[in-house]
Amino acid sequence: MIFTLVVHSAPYSSEAPASAFRFAKAALAGGHSIYRLFFFGVGVHNANRLTVVAQDDVNWQTQWDALIAEHNLDSVVCVSSAIKRGVLNESESTRHELDAVSLADNTQIAGLGQLVDAALQSDKVINFG
Amino acid sequence: MSDQPTRKTFLVLSRQAPYGGYKAQQSLDIALASAVFEQDVIFVFLGDGVFQILSNQKPGAINAKPMGGALETLQLYGVEEVYVDQSSLDARHLTQSDLVVDAQALDNDKLVELINGADCVFNL
Repeated sequence: MIFTLVVHSAPYSSEAPASAFRFAKAALAGGHSIYRLFFFGVGVHNANRLTVVAQDDVNWQTQWDALIAEHNLDSVVCVSSAIKRGVLNESESTRHELDAVSLADNTQIAGLGQLVDAALQSDKVINFG
Repeated sequence: MSDQPTRKTFLVLSRQAPYGGYKAQQSLDIALASAVFEQDVIFVFLGDGVFQILSNQKPGAINAKPMGGALETLQLYGVEEVYVDQSSLDARHLTQSDLVVDAQALDNDKLVELINGADCVFNL
């Protein structure tokens, strides 16, 4: 089955992104495919690479980025959600004359059209949070 | 991928009151984007979501943009199936005359029918 996962919540504030992460791993291990990960609203914080956590805590952002890289997943943050929360790639950072890039390496910035496209291409769209 | 559908039915269940959280706005954004991309969109105000369409909102006092007006844009974007859950209104002592949007009243049987009939449900 082809899944798209929409993540609406932030790590360390909600358990939902961790559930989404575990679902993604289980689906892939079960032979299913993931068409797209879509991080929406405060969910964009899952794709912020400028995070530091205590040694005995899970760095969810790093975990997501590694999973995305390992399985070559299509991963997207909603542009309007992301830039107002300081999650910026190189081009957004330059465009808005800011001095840092915070978007995780393996995630792209895109619009809600990518969510509609994902819904069309997937058998199931599952929302977390 | 040529056998993929180009049109699906998107059901948006909007359950959060405006201003206190951000999901009311997000449910609207999903509906509008889906409509722009020529999908069939059904929008339901459910639970505390019915507070989004109360008339006479003045959220400027808390630096927020009024949601009632934005929801009228659903119809401008071609989202014609807009429902409000009657039992949610009843539980909050509200009637259709308190609302800014002309939404069709919905009962539980119809809600079940909409969920079963949708290709994709966004429950926010």
